Amino acid sequence: MYNFNYQKASSVADATGKVAAADDGTFLAGGQTLLPTIKQRLANPSDVVDLAGIGELVGIADDGNTVTIGAMTTHAAVAGSDVVKSKIPALAALADGIGDPQVRNRGTIGGSVANNDPAADYPAACLGLGATIVTDKREIAADDFFTGMFETALAEGELITAVKFPVPQKAAYQKFPNPASRYAIVGVFVAQTGGGPRVAVTGAGQDGVFRQADMEQALGNGWNADAVGGVSVSQSGLNEDIHAGADYRAHLIGVMAKRAVAAT
Amino acid sequence: MPTVSMTVNGKAVSADVEPRTLLVQYLRENLRLTGTHVGCDTSQCGACVVHVNGKSVKSCTVLAVQTEGADVTTIEGLATNSELHPMQEAFRENHGLQCGFCTPGMVMSAIDLVQNNTNPSEQDIREWLEGNICRCTGYHNIVKSIEAGAKAMQG
Amino acid sequence: MSETGIGARVKRVEDFRFLTGKGNYTDDINRPDQTYAYILRSPHAHAKINRIDTGAAKSAPGVVAVFTGADVEEVGGLPCGWQIHSKDGSPMAEPKHPLMVADKVRHVGDQVAIVIAETYDQAKDAAGLIEVDYEELPAVVSMPEATGGNSSLVHDDVTNNVCYDWELGDKAAVDAAFDKAAKVTTIDLTNQRMIANAMEPRAAVGEYNAATGEYTLYTTSQNPHVIRLLMGAFVLGIPEHKLRVVAPDVGGGFGSKIFHYAEEALVTWASGQIKRPIKWTAERSESFMSDAQGRDHVTHAELAMDDQGNFLALRVSTLANMGAYLSTFASSVPTYLYATLLAGVYTTPVIYAEVKAVFTNTVPVDAYRGAGRPECTYLLERLVDKAARETGIDRAEIRRKNMIQADQFPYQTPVALQYDVGNYPACFDSALKASDYDGFTQRKVQSEANGKLRGIGISTYIEACGIAPSAVAGALGARAGLYESAQVRVHPTGSVTVFTGTHSHGQGHETTFSQIISEAFGVPIENVEISHGDTDKVQFGMGTYGSRSLAVGGSAIAKACDKIIVKATKIAAHMLEASEADIEFKDGKFTVAGTDKELGFGDVALQAYVPHNYPIEELEPGLDENAFYDPLNFSYPSGCHICEVEVDPDTGVVEVAKFTAVDDVGRVINPMIVEGQVHGGVAQGIGQALLETAVYDDDGQLLTGSYMDYTMPRADDVPSYTVGQQSVMGASNPLEVKGVGEVGAIGSPPAVINAVLNALEPLGVQDIAMPATPRKVWQAIQGAQVAQAAE
Repeated sequence: MYNFNYQKASSVADATGKVAAADDGTFLAGGQTLLPTIKQRLANPSDVVDLAGIGELVGIADDGNTVTIGAMTTHAAVAGSDVVKSKIPALAALADGIGDPQVRNRGTIGGSVANNDPAADYPAACLGLGATIVTDKREIAADDFFTGMFETALAEGELITAVKFPVPQKAAYQKFPNPASRYAIVGVFVAQTGGGPRVAVTGAGQDGVFRQADMEQALGNGWNADAVGGVSVSQSGLNEDIHAGADYRAHLIGVMAKRAVAAT
Repeated sequence: MPTVSMTVNGKAVSADVEPRTLLVQYLRENLRLTGTHVGCDTSQCGACVVHVNGKSVKSCTVLAVQTEGADVTTIEGLATNSELHPMQEAFRENHGLQCGFCTPGMVMSAIDLVQNNTNPSEQDIREWLEGNICRCTGYHNIVKSIEAGAKAMQG
Repeated sequence: MSETGIGARVKRVEDFRFLTGKGNYTDDINRPDQTYAYILRSPHAHAKINRIDTGAAKSAPGVVAVFTGADVEEVGGLPCGWQIHSKDGSPMAEPKHPLMVADKVRHVGDQVAIVIAETYDQAKDAAGLIEVDYEELPAVVSMPEATGGNSSLVHDDVTNNVCYDWELGDKAAVDAAFDKAAKVTTIDLTNQRMIANAMEPRAAVGEYNAATGEYTLYTTSQNPHVIRLLMGAFVLGIPEHKLRVVAPDVGGGFGSKIFHYAEEALVTWASGQIKRPIKWTAERSESFMSDAQGRDHVTHAELAMDDQGNFLALRVSTLANMGAYLSTFASSVPTYLYATLLAGVYTTPVIYAEVKAVFTNTVPVDAYRGAGRPECTYLLERLVDKAARETGIDRAEIRRKNMIQADQFPYQTPVALQYDVGNYPACFDSALKASDYDGFTQRKVQSEANGKLRGIGISTYIEACGIAPSAVAGALGARAGLYESAQVRVHPTGSVTVFTGTHSHGQGHETTFSQIISEAFGVPIENVEISHGDTDKVQFGMGTYGSRSLAVGGSAIAKACDKIIVKATKIAAHMLEASEADIEFKDGKFTVAGTDKELGFGDVALQAYVPHNYPIEELEPGLDENAFYDPLNFSYPSGCHICEVEVDPDTGVVEVAKFTAVDDVGRVINPMIVEGQVHGGVAQGIGQALLETAVYDDDGQLLTGSYMDYTMPRADDVPSYTVGQQSVMGASNPLEVKGVGEVGAIGSPPAVINAVLNALEPLGVQDIAMPATPRKVWQAIQGAQVAQAAE
């Protein structure tokens, strides 16, 4: 691990100010991705600005048709939240399946969404539910937020403060984990929302999370598992690695989508 | 170097550390609490699990400076006056350890499980242990140990 | 049976320290004025080193010293402990295995430089400043290509990258048997490369005492005396009395900590250069590219049968990957630990095997739990299952009809070994019963109702362990004796310290060996201490591997106990004023036959050290005996493992639904520990069958270099196991034990794969390679569907 300066932020403005003032500053949320990355010397920030002391970033609010989750809320808190469990149980279940219990005790939704790991779970929930990412500067629709592998619409120094999830009529998430890392080889989030069916796929795409339009269309014609399972999934743009080829990923998208719909 | 202060196993401790110092390094090298182990560099094996403010975390993936003011419990803090914690005793009774290297992390993780789920099933236990790798036991006796430890912690 | 004697389910005495965080592992050790080392490793599989510039690193903050290959050119290379001769009589190729390379790197992870600094982070920071000018060379990765004649050479003077081309058995007789066979079944398979992954990464602390000229090495080793011998005599030239090697608590080994590694010699050597202690601890990513790896065979085999399915002959041809250099026991694994077991539990009358060992630009390969015997068992049991399919004979039946019967012992196999005792049919039947083999069909129907394909797989195995009779091993090329040593020291109060040359790194020797003492002397195990792992305390030893600790090391302890009792009986006879012949020793008491006169074991021990009433003319004072034990034969554990799997045909996921192991391990000292050993071995076997593999790309880069890509079995990957014993007492050692450390890893992989193939048989799948990952299973199903559609 290279050395760095460590600073604690007391407020959102303090955090963004400190990162802006640094040569190459970065926010530290739960640290469950950032710290391993720095440990492996794959990142070398000059300054690490810890968000843990900013109380306003933690918490889950129920606004009737929307559940708003503060950026520094841990996966364990989301998984255990009565609000999330009753309003969007699929989201609580997804959070309960991220990493392992120790990662869930530290890792946060803001950190996960900002990192946009192509095999992470939360991006699928955001895109699948049509969430809105709230930053210190603006609100960004999930459809516009995830722009590529580890790439987002966040400007330099822009900080996620919360994620707003519209409550769906029904939703479910099915993950096929990488046997080694347990990250998603394919994860499919399906939701029946006010704006129609949404199907978001993580783990599979070379550009990270994406919506599966053919499946959304199929579900628009009738919410049933066989309809979505019968959709032919193109291998184009899907990942290849030692654990799964594009053909297998394409197949798994179908299986996971079908199982997700069946689970709703 | 920043100064970090926390409570470890009930004792107030304080030291100047480089910001890059991981909690596990601080425990092992500064405090010489070498029961917490490092078995990987990708935050997966769980040999380093300790409790921070009562919750299990991987001390290899937390900076010492992040635990400023926190209450930290390590494997050394469980037994009182050489009387084993019920979960430690359950591992001994059920042969839940062989080489002992993953054991401290297993025990700390298991205790957190029982804090969340007082009566875990075999499946609950196996799923909870996703973040703890053991190469010796094949997990059979670890699962039995945790089942017994959970019961003992209630009683 | 006493409460803590042989056969008792005694709780482990070592557990308290491990459970309270008071274990003492190598990385827990800190020496005054200690420095820290970081090893700079090659990022390339094969490259010439044109130049190394360490200038900037040497002047970086905190750096004490930087050494490279040029600094250790005069130092010896890492030796290989087993000489193999090729078919033509020539000795194997043994290229130098340097501590750090000066000329060219031969695998990713090869040692290039060592940086020593005040802190580990400083050493690692400085290593980043070392400039190495590499000239990349084509990497040798695939064994068929390596030996094909057009390959690049790992070692310039090793033709076709062949280390040796060895054979065993009567080729002419085998060929003749094949000529008259009614049916021949052939198979091609790969036993994939594995990585041992003991949870404790390797570590070493070297310390030089300038006042005495003595070196001390603390290291994560399964055999500290072997390290002292190899490093002292062959690498650094330090005599035994100036070199102490300590292997404290060690966090698992599984073979990977048998071998003498460069880092051990480097920190020892460099501590003499800088006159300060040096600690090196591997990061897990370093373990992946520097711990010796396991298995990695490519095999073609043929089984000849008559028209009744009786085995007539077996012919085997194997390529065995050695990696870039010969590790300590690498050469013995695919030869004498592999081909000598090819009879298995069967009466195959003639067998011929040829094994070509190959150098590649990959991490060295050596023994990994089972070492050669899992490769052999996997080959045989896959082949037998295939023969059953092709002949239409039931899988259980073809095994049973070819099995060596209980009245055939001692049984001389056509591949050198003579099995001493066993009862394979009894074990087999016991396993079938324990697994409810007959109820399988009903469970299969149940699974089908849930959309799952269920399969059942059988595997039998034989293992030669308790390594080894020294004369036999020597005749086969071992460069060391393989006896074991023990010292049993009875203290004046009757408490006992045992010094053993074996090493415990999870096996629970402190408990098992104490039970032997408890049984022998009638003392509670609280009065016994087992000391191991320090060459300054323990007189000598060959260490722990090949399931030898109890069979060989335990037998040495038993022999020393016998000597103690002989001497104590003389003392007791004197004290009781009786004839020696009238003294009986039982349950810790010396009695005079036919009288009520008795003495406790402690009374006699006290007299030995306070010899006021003592036969001083005949006996020396004291009660402290040494024994060396060299076994008469290998011991031969055997068994039958039965696995049931459920396959999800939509995803290819295989779940192990049920696993039954019935093993013959001879006498059991502690059933709890024996069961635990089987559990752990089976999990590693399931890991090999379904999850684990080391993958190199064409450039020799290790693609599975962390737990992100190398699939370690986790708690939810494996089931609870049904474990039992069906034992015939061992005949080759006084304890009548056989060994249990490796049986789980040997018997299980073919049981799992045979079960997977059984589940997939209705879909037309005939073969699948380990590990049978979801992707591979899915591909196999797809492939079979395509093939069936074409028909």
